[in-house]
Amino acid sequence: MAEHRDIHINVPVLTRVEGEGALELDIVGGEIERLNLRIFEPPRLFEKFIEGYERNQVIDMVARICGICPVAYQMSAVQAFERLSGFTPDPWVQGMRRVMYCGEWIQSHALHVHLLAAPDFLGFESAIAMAADYPDAVRRGLQLQTLGNDLIAMFGGRSVHPVGVRVGGFYRAPDSSAVAMMVKRLQAALPEAEALIGWTAGLDFPDDDQSFISVALSDPDEYAIGQGRLISGQGLDIDICYFDSHFKEIQSPHSTALHCELEGRPYLTGPLARLNLNFHQLPAEVRRLMEGCGIRFPSHNMFHSIVARAIELYFAISEAIRLLQDYQSPAQSYREVEAVEGDAFGCTEAPRGILWHRYDVDDAGIVRYARIVPPTSQNQGRIEEDIALSLQKFGLDQTDEKLRLRAEQVIRNYDPCISCATHFLKLNVNRG
Amino acid sequence: MATDKPKLAVHKFSSCDGCQLALLNLGEPLLALPGLVDIVHFAEAGPNSPDQPVDISLVEGSVSTPEDIQRIQQVRQNSKLLVSIGACATSGGLQALANFANRHEWMASIYTDPENIEVLNSSDPISKHVKVDLQIQGCPVNSAQVIGALRDLLSGVAPRPEVHSVCMECKRKGVICTMVTKGEPCMGPVTLAGCGALCPAAGRGCYGCYGPAEQLNDRSIAERFEQLGLDAQAVLRRFRFIANSAAGFKTASEGLRGDTDG
Repeated sequence: MAEHRDIHINVPVLTRVEGEGALELDIVGGEIERLNLRIFEPPRLFEKFIEGYERNQVIDMVARICGICPVAYQMSAVQAFERLSGFTPDPWVQGMRRVMYCGEWIQSHALHVHLLAAPDFLGFESAIAMAADYPDAVRRGLQLQTLGNDLIAMFGGRSVHPVGVRVGGFYRAPDSSAVAMMVKRLQAALPEAEALIGWTAGLDFPDDDQSFISVALSDPDEYAIGQGRLISGQGLDIDICYFDSHFKEIQSPHSTALHCELEGRPYLTGPLARLNLNFHQLPAEVRRLMEGCGIRFPSHNMFHSIVARAIELYFAISEAIRLLQDYQSPAQSYREVEAVEGDAFGCTEAPRGILWHRYDVDDAGIVRYARIVPPTSQNQGRIEEDIALSLQKFGLDQTDEKLRLRAEQVIRNYDPCISCATHFLKLNVNRG
Repeated sequence: MATDKPKLAVHKFSSCDGCQLALLNLGEPLLALPGLVDIVHFAEAGPNSPDQPVDISLVEGSVSTPEDIQRIQQVRQNSKLLVSIGACATSGGLQALANFANRHEWMASIYTDPENIEVLNSSDPISKHVKVDLQIQGCPVNSAQVIGALRDLLSGVAPRPEVHSVCMECKRKGVICTMVTKGEPCMGPVTLAGCGALCPAAGRGCYGCYGPAEQLNDRSIAERFEQLGLDAQAVLRRFRFIANSAAGFKTASEGLRGDTDG
């Protein structure tokens, strides 16, 4: 049938997936005949207008792709430029970038768990509405979110579009006194984060195991955040520069947002994928909490991603403490890194999954071409597959409203960028 | 929920969502917000009634599709006061860089089926399409600015917009001038205050993310940048950056040599 043929169009532009979404669902004779998740954000043409700008300017520009995870964009970009120049940041810079990244994981996971996902599980329209019945939980979430934001701001002045990261290191090292105060706050938050793991694990989860491929970065020395090789649960193990040989971005005919496939199949990236692949690298105390929480990992139930986020949030706090507690101000917070001409690749673990960048840079350090593959577009194929399976299991005879709520909840398990994750779905059900 | 409290809506157009975080990142004070206003529309936080009449609408993002134009007109009709927040809403944002090229040509060079994606040929500030009662510049705006403006408006007080440059903030905070002492090209003298002089405080030159100050001597600063070793293209890139289409920076960049060279 002509309308069912696969149309694969390579679209070399970042099409963000925040904004309006719509789900078209055709149910004929009790079967899903068509399920299209349509997500539309007016193309901002980011990759095009980065062309012609300097490396350090690009670090400030790409932050603007996402207000929720600007650190991830900055870190993938700076990694790309430094790798191209054959520059390895000194241990202080590496450690502090990891801490700053932990700040983003903490704030983003706290925001998602409390403000976006929990109201679904507990039956509220919003966290503000939820606060009346669950004041302590909401307050804890907001406190953890603030902690993460403040940790980012310690390095970057502010948490949204921070100004601290540059090629070669940081513009400025935080003061020892600020770090000492931060360590105290982080330590005080650990019991809260531990309680959060138990709280999320105690939510009511649908029994909905599905078969899917997990993809994450892997670092032999630690639970990967800011660098690593790309691995999958099915044996993929490649340097990030070979991304294009295995992953293909396609434009599906019903959506302007790009999908990304691994060897022709959808896959999962993000907290649950990371935990599934790298849980053995968590510090012993975090593993103990994970193993004692009542949910078994690795897990193939996407509803468990909220628990995965809570576990990663605890890990990020403990990791920040570990790296900050013997903090010493460095002699230099950055080194000059000479521009080198060529193809630059960067990939880091944004809160919602792998964020891959490629830049073509000239010998003056001016970007000639850019390509950026964000986690949400990578997850989109998997989200569609999951909605179909979940709704079938849920029962297609449920009311439109219940189907819509369940579909929204499934989508939110992936923590797609915030604005499309929250109460956005216009569901058109055509029943035949 | 029937209430006598003033009604607030938060609308998003083309943006990174970072300015709405000025509210969502409030931390615990966020829980006090419902005591101040009745939040009827704020899709990111949950409440979703975009068409309800409100006292104040905060609008984030730029207008970039025909549908956006209809939507912002609707928002205007439903709002007693409309406040545009952030660089996208007040100047078209970073994505307005496409305005200096031909956006439709870019689309055609990128998409195989550009006709499926309806976009305007420019990324516009909200004020290009509807009357705006207050603009708050900044990429991103910060919580203090937004909450301060809300409190003023709710109290019936005219908010006092910032008019000074970042230089003034450096002086207030005792930050040593990066341009004078380190020779760092700094946009501070022509950039609107409000950020807290973050970049100079971090030892780097300001990159202008709060947009143009009220009075800017762009010629003079461009000359100074050249003396500090920037070539004409590099000077142009300083103005044609985050707030590229804000009137002051746009006019300045169009008068620069780098514009005709490139």
